[in-house]
Amino acid sequence: MENTAPQLFKVTIDNIEVEVAPGTTILQAARQIGHHVAPPAMCYYTSLKGTGGKCRACLVKVTAGSAKDPRPMPKLVPSCITTVQDGMIVENTVNEQVLETRKGVVEFLLINHPLDCPICDQAGECHLQDFAFEHGRGTQRYEEERRTFEREDIGPYIQLHMNRCILCYRCVFTADQLTNKRVHGVLNRGDHAEISTYISKAIDNDFSGNMIDVCPVGALTDKTFRFKQRVWFTKPVTAHRDCEHEKCSGKVTLWYKGEDVLRVTGRKNEWGEVTEFICNTCRFDKKKTSDWVIEGPAKVSHHSVISANHYEKKAIPEFGFKQAAQQYKQIDDLPVQLPEGEKKPVGIVVRPDSK
Amino acid sequence: MGIKILTEHIGKEDLKPIDAYMKYGGYTAVKKALTSMSPDAIVEEVKKSGLRGRGGAGFPTGMKWSFLAKPEGKPRYLVCNADESEPGTFKDRYLMMHSPHTLIEGMIVSSFALGANTSYIYVRGEMMFVIRILEKAIAEAYAKGLLGKNILGSGYNLDLYVHPGGGAYICGEETALLESLEGKRGNPRNKPPFPAVSGLYACPTVVNNVESIAATSWIINNGGDEYAKIGIGKSTGTKLISACGNINNPGVYEIELGLSVEEFLYSDQYCGGIANGKKLKALVAGGSSVPILPAHLITKTANGESRLMSYESLSDGGFATGTMLGSGGFIVFDEDQCIVRNTWNFTRFYHHESCGQCSPCREGTGWMEKVLHRIEHGHGHMHDIDLLVDVAKKIEGNTICPLGDAAAWPVGSAIRHFRDEFEWHIKNPSEATRKGAVYRKEAVFA
Repeated sequence: MENTAPQLFKVTIDNIEVEVAPGTTILQAARQIGHHVAPPAMCYYTSLKGTGGKCRACLVKVTAGSAKDPRPMPKLVPSCITTVQDGMIVENTVNEQVLETRKGVVEFLLINHPLDCPICDQAGECHLQDFAFEHGRGTQRYEEERRTFEREDIGPYIQLHMNRCILCYRCVFTADQLTNKRVHGVLNRGDHAEISTYISKAIDNDFSGNMIDVCPVGALTDKTFRFKQRVWFTKPVTAHRDCEHEKCSGKVTLWYKGEDVLRVTGRKNEWGEVTEFICNTCRFDKKKTSDWVIEGPAKVSHHSVISANHYEKKAIPEFGFKQAAQQYKQIDDLPVQLPEGEKKPVGIVVRPDSK
Repeated sequence: MGIKILTEHIGKEDLKPIDAYMKYGGYTAVKKALTSMSPDAIVEEVKKSGLRGRGGAGFPTGMKWSFLAKPEGKPRYLVCNADESEPGTFKDRYLMMHSPHTLIEGMIVSSFALGANTSYIYVRGEMMFVIRILEKAIAEAYAKGLLGKNILGSGYNLDLYVHPGGGAYICGEETALLESLEGKRGNPRNKPPFPAVSGLYACPTVVNNVESIAATSWIINNGGDEYAKIGIGKSTGTKLISACGNINNPGVYEIELGLSVEEFLYSDQYCGGIANGKKLKALVAGGSSVPILPAHLITKTANGESRLMSYESLSDGGFATGTMLGSGGFIVFDEDQCIVRNTWNFTRFYHHESCGQCSPCREGTGWMEKVLHRIEHGHGHMHDIDLLVDVAKKIEGNTICPLGDAAAWPVGSAIRHFRDEFEWHIKNPSEATRKGAVYRKEAVFA
């Protein structure tokens, strides 16, 4: 019988081989392997078309383009929009140039993003905070004056604080793709660019609340939740309701403090992305437990501060760690000694159907 | 005196009226192409000619055309990039102002070769006078049956439109230009897909510079081989150079590629030497986005050979000893010019014009501009020099489009070749900020 299964492409990312379907991006291939090799992404958002390629956080080195043409790509490529080729070899966490560039991207993003985490509503859930912690440098070299903006209410539910915006365009794509009365976008250009509404218009669309969910930093915040509670003092619970809005999934996370629902958000996956969006009625108007069918405690994304101290057994085999140890120069400059008789590890194979 | 292809008849009389243009053999290439050549044959001739894109990148035009995806029920488009706006580059404007039909003739020939039935000339919005000249010329071409339905009875139809640009430098980048032409914000697109596969309205599109398109008429009339005989090596044909700065004869010149830089700079036929008998300090050979060259590398390459006006010779040894021909914006600095100030000035431009989509360019250009402003105004620190080099490195190659590179190269090269001048500015703030003060070091002048 003829094999009709689609041919998979073999891609090697940080010495780990993975088989993915043609058309998969490097970022998605890396995500199939796991968090330890997945490049960071500040502007890419899986469920929004056209996102990616802007923040340059996910740049990786392609050391071999494909099995047919193994030449390396001359520049670092954005992994979120570059599709894989069969036999492609990618370096992410093991490439010095990539790590150095990423450090630079963090520094650029933090030029006009204040480190006001203690008062920011996004603290504990901020992707830039994670990105800076994992890839940034300890010091800031920028000495000039930062740009500042007044906070702006851009609708009954959303407050925009442009000081914190990193111009990832996610909210623009959200408004463009989920709402039918888009009234906001990017004004001006360069570092003068800002998110704003069209001449004093307010964002009042049924799906506007999703702009808050997709914002990776604290630029767009939920006015009904602002300063009510720090996220790590709340308890996330998964729930759903049968929403009458045809486009609304009705699948949410309720954020409890005691008996009170302080906030309702769309459910985010392990990459901090909402895949099924919710309407404003579910988000802002349904804040009683009786409005919802409770499913149980939410699985907390690794991005959330709530996940701190919640250890999970690493899925990486032991030899993966040994291999990682070989990749890095030891502090005392001593070569890593493998136990006698043990062969040099060649990596692991991750298939789409493997757990 | 080198051969002239594009500007041969400019100056003899006003070439804007179509009759005057036709008197000098205008539109014979259209007749030849449409009545006796196949589109593939035209592409072959352009390939044979070795013509390289005159917008700055220097990619072979014929090869670019051959990448155009085959039609699959979709139209193909030719877009002329006339959004010229880089500091120091003003050659396309000159050609369009003085001989608009040279461009229109090239557009018809090129569109036929590419199988495009609708073509656009995207002109920088500020150049309204050029737009008016082109619109009038297009109307004349329609009246003569050179545009529209069934051109010269060949069965080929072409509509040509002039589109005023969005008034942003970034709209000269080919994908940002296409976005702007589609009526959207002029932001560059991520590549791939390249315009040859998915360009204007997601259809196969070729974007060429004015000068590249204008040259195709001559290639069709005289053959690709004849064109390839002009010039030197892989730099074939002629090139329009817009010369400015401290020279005696600023202006636009058509030169045969391979002319020595020395001759171009000092000959009375071209730049006429440094103005007011001063010494030569530096040169930007291809528009503000290319690396600056110090005096000792301007006329001689690193090997001691004569530096030529060609893609290869100018880029000799990479950026350490070379630069790029780029768009042909030839900017000359004499001994009284401050490199720090000029670098700041260029960076100010790129900061202002960055579209703001990607973080390294959006934030990095502004950062470099502010640091250079500080140094120029006597508030710099010694560590600022290395900071600038590092920021430029972080931008270079990491942005969506080449604007980031264009902003980083002048800064990196200025510090590479004129580091002592930056240090002097920082060490002597009161002297550096005095009006007319300039750092002088005999060794760097020629």
